[in-house]
Amino acid sequence: MTWLLRNWDQVLVALWEHIVISVMSLSIAFAISIVVGIVAARNERVFRWSLGVSGLLYTVPTLAFLALLIPVVGLGRTNAIICMVAFSLMIMIRNVATGLREVPADVVEAAKGMGMSEGEILRRIELPLALPVIVAGLRIATVTVISVAVVAAYVNAGGLGTLIFNGISNDHAPKIWTGALTACALAVVADIGLSHLEHWLRRRAA
Amino acid sequence: MLLVEAWQFILAHPERFLAALGTHIALSASALAIAISIAVPIGVLLSGAQRAAQIAIAGANIGRTLPSLAVLALVMPVLGTGFVPSLFALTLLALPPILINTYTAIRQVDPDIVDAARGMGMTALEIVRKVKLPIALPVISAGVRTAAVQVVSGAVLAAYIGGGGLGDFITAGIAMMALPQLLVGAIPATLLSLGTDALFASVQRALTPAGLRAR
Repeated sequence: MTWLLRNWDQVLVALWEHIVISVMSLSIAFAISIVVGIVAARNERVFRWSLGVSGLLYTVPTLAFLALLIPVVGLGRTNAIICMVAFSLMIMIRNVATGLREVPADVVEAAKGMGMSEGEILRRIELPLALPVIVAGLRIATVTVISVAVVAAYVNAGGLGTLIFNGISNDHAPKIWTGALTACALAVVADIGLSHLEHWLRRRAA
Repeated sequence: MLLVEAWQFILAHPERFLAALGTHIALSASALAIAISIAVPIGVLLSGAQRAAQIAIAGANIGRTLPSLAVLALVMPVLGTGFVPSLFALTLLALPPILINTYTAIRQVDPDIVDAARGMGMTALEIVRKVKLPIALPVISAGVRTAAVQVVSGAVLAAYIGGGGLGDFITAGIAMMALPQLLVGAIPATLLSLGTDALFASVQRALTPAGLRAR
């Protein structure tokens, strides 16, 4: 506790780095998943293939994934962000595609009858109705990305993992505790926050 | 090129590679076995206890969000380094998915079926063993599959707290920037993880009655 009080600035920097790389990865993954998910919702083969490939990526152990990228992109943030994007794709593509598929067909029919174009239907009907499911995916992806980011400190990506690794190599328990507990707290807070957003969206949709 | 060098590394140090692979599998398998033997009975018991279940499931949901490395790191100052602390941390990571799936699956068993079993004169224990568990098995095995993949992946990180396993090659490879050695850890760990997922997917399929299978 005294270590934390004396080094709170260091902890805040690590926390900030952690949030920055997580948000960057999630934004990239979100952009890719929306596009792939929209196509996958309409095309069974794209659905199967995108989920198959991203599911494979999701199964690779985090540290092994980071290690496999080292010969290709070296150490650093790029490595970490590629890895974090790869891990969130499966969850987000799946939720975007299933969310869109669950939109009732008669609602889409009605919109068509009102003379909406396909783009308008997607933007004004389908995506808003699929939003709760998409946010549910975003929530799981966020927790996953925060967890991957802890390990990513090992390839010099910064973040809370840095405190853990420094603590382990210097055998300095307070540093380990601080890094690990802050990471856990960040994951739990993100999970609860997005879960509230999801429920609010569901209530609004109902 | 790197692949060839990695392969040569394995051929040059077969006993080191096999020992690491053995430790990795032993660590993962025992963590999973312990987690199943704790989480399944507790999940069954909780299905009959509303208040306790709410607390336990909320706890498991939080446990599910905790970063694997953070859990391993938190165990170290308390239990020290080595195989046993790693085993303890990995078991903790495996508990939530199995517990949540067992509880949910048992709760979803059709009450009419349970009533029928009771009418046939089965005891509570028999109902659990002969009716509820077999019906819940596909969902439970899905939870076990999630946990298994998580444990095999988590076991790579156990290298940091001296748990051994394939992660040792990765950490040594990164420390010395020896790329072939890095792959000696990373590729088998990836294959092991994919293999585990495939294995448990087929277990899950085999435990699902033919009529309920998708596709």
